[in-house]
Amino acid sequence: MAVEVKVTATLQKVVGGQRSVQGEGGTVREVLEDLDRQHPGIMDMVMVDGQIHRFVNIYLNDEDVRFLKQLDTPLSEGDVLSILPALAGGSA
Amino acid sequence: MPVTVYIPTPFRKLAGNQTHVNVAGDTVGEVLDHLGDQYPALRHMIFDDTGQIPGHVNIYINNTEVHSLQGTDTPVKDGDEMAVIPAIAGGAVALTPEQVNRYSRHIIMPQVGPSGQRKLMETKVLIVGAGGLGGPAALYLALAGVGTIGIVDFDIVDLSNLQRQVLHQNDDVGKKKTQSALETLHSYNPDVNVVIHDTPITSDNALEIIPQYDLVVNGADNFTTRYLVNDACYFAGKTLVDGSILLFDGQATVFKPGSGCYRCLFPAPPPPGLVPNCAEAGVLGALTGVMGSIQAIEVIKQVLEIGESLESRLLLFDALSMEFRVVKLRRDPKCPLCGDDPTISELIDYEGFCGAPFPGGDHVPGENGA
Repeated sequence: MAVEVKVTATLQKVVGGQRSVQGEGGTVREVLEDLDRQHPGIMDMVMVDGQIHRFVNIYLNDEDVRFLKQLDTPLSEGDVLSILPALAGGSA
Repeated sequence: MPVTVYIPTPFRKLAGNQTHVNVAGDTVGEVLDHLGDQYPALRHMIFDDTGQIPGHVNIYINNTEVHSLQGTDTPVKDGDEMAVIPAIAGGAVALTPEQVNRYSRHIIMPQVGPSGQRKLMETKVLIVGAGGLGGPAALYLALAGVGTIGIVDFDIVDLSNLQRQVLHQNDDVGKKKTQSALETLHSYNPDVNVVIHDTPITSDNALEIIPQYDLVVNGADNFTTRYLVNDACYFAGKTLVDGSILLFDGQATVFKPGSGCYRCLFPAPPPPGLVPNCAEAGVLGALTGVMGSIQAIEVIKQVLEIGESLESRLLLFDALSMEFRVVKLRRDPKCPLCGDDPTISELIDYEGFCGAPFPGGDHVPGENGA
């Protein structure tokens, strides 16, 4: 099953500057693994030691997967994942 | 000969919902009498039982209160502007006619009204960073008549700031940002009390500065300051209107103590160097205007107690796809600051936590060109 993954800010450079990509999988982890096959390096930017980086949030639709089943959160047809790093900029 | 009479919001329903009414008469008394003829319901508001103007209503001719002229006998001439201004319950002073005029586009909206305008005028807002986000936020808050605007920044205006930072102009290059901000805000609205804190905000001064204000707008450009301001606002019990930007992306939310904080959203900062800042990666100038304006809007809504704030929600703006999206933001029960078993009970070593110094911590102006 393919879901849409929205990629924001600096993560876009790993996916060739795209803002939205398709990933295959039944869970968040499977989709990330699929994305890493398509775009090597994205896993390292999103995860460390098997966990999602603490400065990166992954949303299933509008809910942070930290409050669901984290990487094991199951996905359904039509779901949209968003990967969001913290931004520091206030542009001083 | 007709004069234009300004009808303030509380009386407007009694005058056919008109903001201005043309009324003939040679003296203030005649004009008011004719106004009462045209709008009988209004007569009861501007005259008491004995035909006198009640003490809680002031009449202005061209911004001068008529008691200091000849009262109701004050002559008027064609083109004069009269205003009928009632005191409004709450004990605060009435708005001056100039203020009523300046803020009229706000005051005519029922969600603001004269009482909302006075709330704004009594509000003190701290802006952290007179840069890309703090600039438009401060600007719109000043235009809205927010009474006190504090600006904390240590930096000097650099030419590369002018691609986006609307508080500063060409001639300001080399000037302290706080001074430039003060001059700009005063030139827009001299009524605003601008307080400048010409220093980096650090663990040493955050809990001295922040408690002086009602709300805080975060326009910091680095994680060290963001975690500090988050924690200090939580300890001081202040609402934090947060915004951040990079490239073509913006994020904004409102943290109220107890309903989630920056640590609930992002429990830890990225290792230094992993997420670039605007100086390293760039930022679309106009994007800062969008996000800073959103922060100003959230402040105003908070003060007026209207609408639905971004509390518990994170707004994401993608300027390239021109999409706004909202995701949920929850208080994390495991949050070390505002969770169920907090381990942070005072300001910590933010430079150690973030692995990066406070910009300007050594306070050498111009060293931080972000």
